[in-house]
This record gives sequence, structure tokens and C-alpha cells, in this order.
Amino acid sequence: MIFEQILFFLAAAGAIGGALGVVLLRNPFFSVLALVGHLLALAVLFLLLRAEFVAAAQVVVYAGAVMVLYVFVVAYIGGIEEPVGPSAGPLRVLGPLFAGVLLIEIAIATIGSGLRAVSSAGPAVGDNFGSPEAIGALLLQKFLIAFEGASFLLLIAAVAAVVLAQRRRGLEEAGGETPLQIGRRPPTGPQADDPAAAGTGGPAGRPIDERTPTAAQGS
Amino acid sequence: MGIAWFVVLSAFIFCIGAAGVLTRRNPLVILLCLELMLNAGNLALLSFARAYGNGDGQVFALIVMVVAACEVVIGLGLIVAMYRNKLAIDADEMSELRG
Repeated sequence: MIFEQILFFLAAAGAIGGALGVVLLRNPFFSVLALVGHLLALAVLFLLLRAEFVAAAQVVVYAGAVMVLYVFVVAYIGGIEEPVGPSAGPLRVLGPLFAGVLLIEIAIATIGSGLRAVSSAGPAVGDNFGSPEAIGALLLQKFLIAFEGASFLLLIAAVAAVVLAQRRRGLEEAGGETPLQIGRRPPTGPQADDPAAAGTGGPAGRPIDERTPTAAQGS
Repeated sequence: MGIAWFVVLSAFIFCIGAAGVLTRRNPLVILLCLELMLNAGNLALLSFARAYGNGDGQVFALIVMVVAACEVVIGLGLIVAMYRNKLAIDADEMSELRG
């Protein structure tokens, strides 16, 4: 029992410290690392709540996959340091003001209403509680529609990411995009030795062996 | 260990995340703070699942994680698209829906 309490306070301190690190650190890369620490501390709390499968998914999916995606994007766009506060105007006052108001409101709601109902450690549950077996049975029997909807949502998100991140034609003309391979034949592939592709294979229908204006500006 | 401790902790984390969303300007950090808020919600869901001795809340938390993953994918795709169009990576500058 005392071990459980020590573990709770350690994990809670880690979670709050990680959350503050996300908000207060100026470099986005360090913010991502603070969020990883926060998620690991949160997984410990999930274990204390007997949610073993959710804790494992938290570590594998969140702290593993999603955070790696974040690190990739931070490395891609470069870690831009920025001042923490809002730039100017009414936002400088209103942002922290709303945050403070929200804290007070949630404190009133939490302290005032529900805590007496959940002040116990919860009912005794069997070993099966929170196991993959129990979660799987719930997902495939009671919450089948939500489960299928979640899979459909993931599919839509994957398609949307491809659409959002693809290179668009026409942006090179406006100088809006950094050219990577423009004006150069690809070393492999169908265009490498196809004489017909040399006429129109370049961006926006220009000849592929000709340097585009954007590439000339960029160099 | 009372469940109330977990609920209070989740309220604190939610407020920290909301403060970050309201005050930070880098869209990447705003996404990270959204993650904080979603995780605070997850912690509350799991707390109440434990309080009732019922596994339903854990399934809700898993679905929330799916939604968070989708949100991350779309948000990061938008940020990469902003970067490719040489727009400023700054939420205050992106105040108009103009490509």
C-alpha cells in the first residue's frame, strides 16, 4: 500500500513535470522529449489503475510511434526557437487569462462535486480486469461499431496525410516550394533513359533536362 | 490509493495543456499540448473505469488514443504543408484562411 502511494507520487510528479516542460520549454525538440517523459509517467499511473493493456498501448503507440513522428517533423522543419508568450495585442493578456479561468473552473468542479464519490480505492476487481482478453472481448462485442468506426477513421487520416503531404504541381512556378530534383534526370526509373520523357517529364510539363526558373533562383 | 487523486491530477494536466494551447505560438507545440489534454482525459476515463470496476472506460481510452493518432497525422501533415509553402510556422501569423 505504501509502495503504491510512493509510486503514485513519483509518477504524478513526473507527469506534471513533463507537462510543464512541454508548455514552458522554448525548443520544440525538448518539448517533444518532455512529452515522452510525461507519457511514460502516465503509463505508470495507468498501471496503478489496473489498465495494463492501455498502459502497454500508451508506451508502444504513443511514446513509441507517435513521438517518433513528432521528432521526424521537428527535424524536418528545424527546431525553431520562439518566445513563449503570445506576440502582441489582446492575445498577450487573454491567453493566460483564459488558462487561469479554466484552472479555477475545473478546480471548483473537481473539488465541489465528484470527489466524495470516488474517494475510495475502487471496488475489488479480478485479475482479468484491464487484460488484453477483457479489452478485446469488449471491443469486439459491446463496442464493435466504435471499433469499426475507429479503423475507418484511421484509414481516412492516412489518406488525408498522403493528400496533404504530396508535392503539388504548380507550386514550383510560384516559387513556393523548394525544388529537390528539378532540372535533373532521375538516376533510375522510367524517365532515366526514356527519350520521350525528356520533352515533357519535368515539373509542370517543362523539359526534364532544362533547369527551371525556380531552380535557377534557388541555386 | 484513492481514485480522487487521479482525477485531481488529470485536472491539473488538462489545465497545463489548455494553457499551452492558449499561449504558445508554434503549431507543433500546440499539437503537443493537445496531446496533453487528450491524455488528461484518458487518465480521467481510466480513473472512473477503476472506480466503477468496469472495463468500458478503458475501451473509451483506447478510442481516444486512436482519435489522437489521427489528429497528430493531420496536424503534422498541415505543418509540413505550411513549411513547404514557405509560410511562417506561427499560429499568430496563420490567422487567415489564405493559401
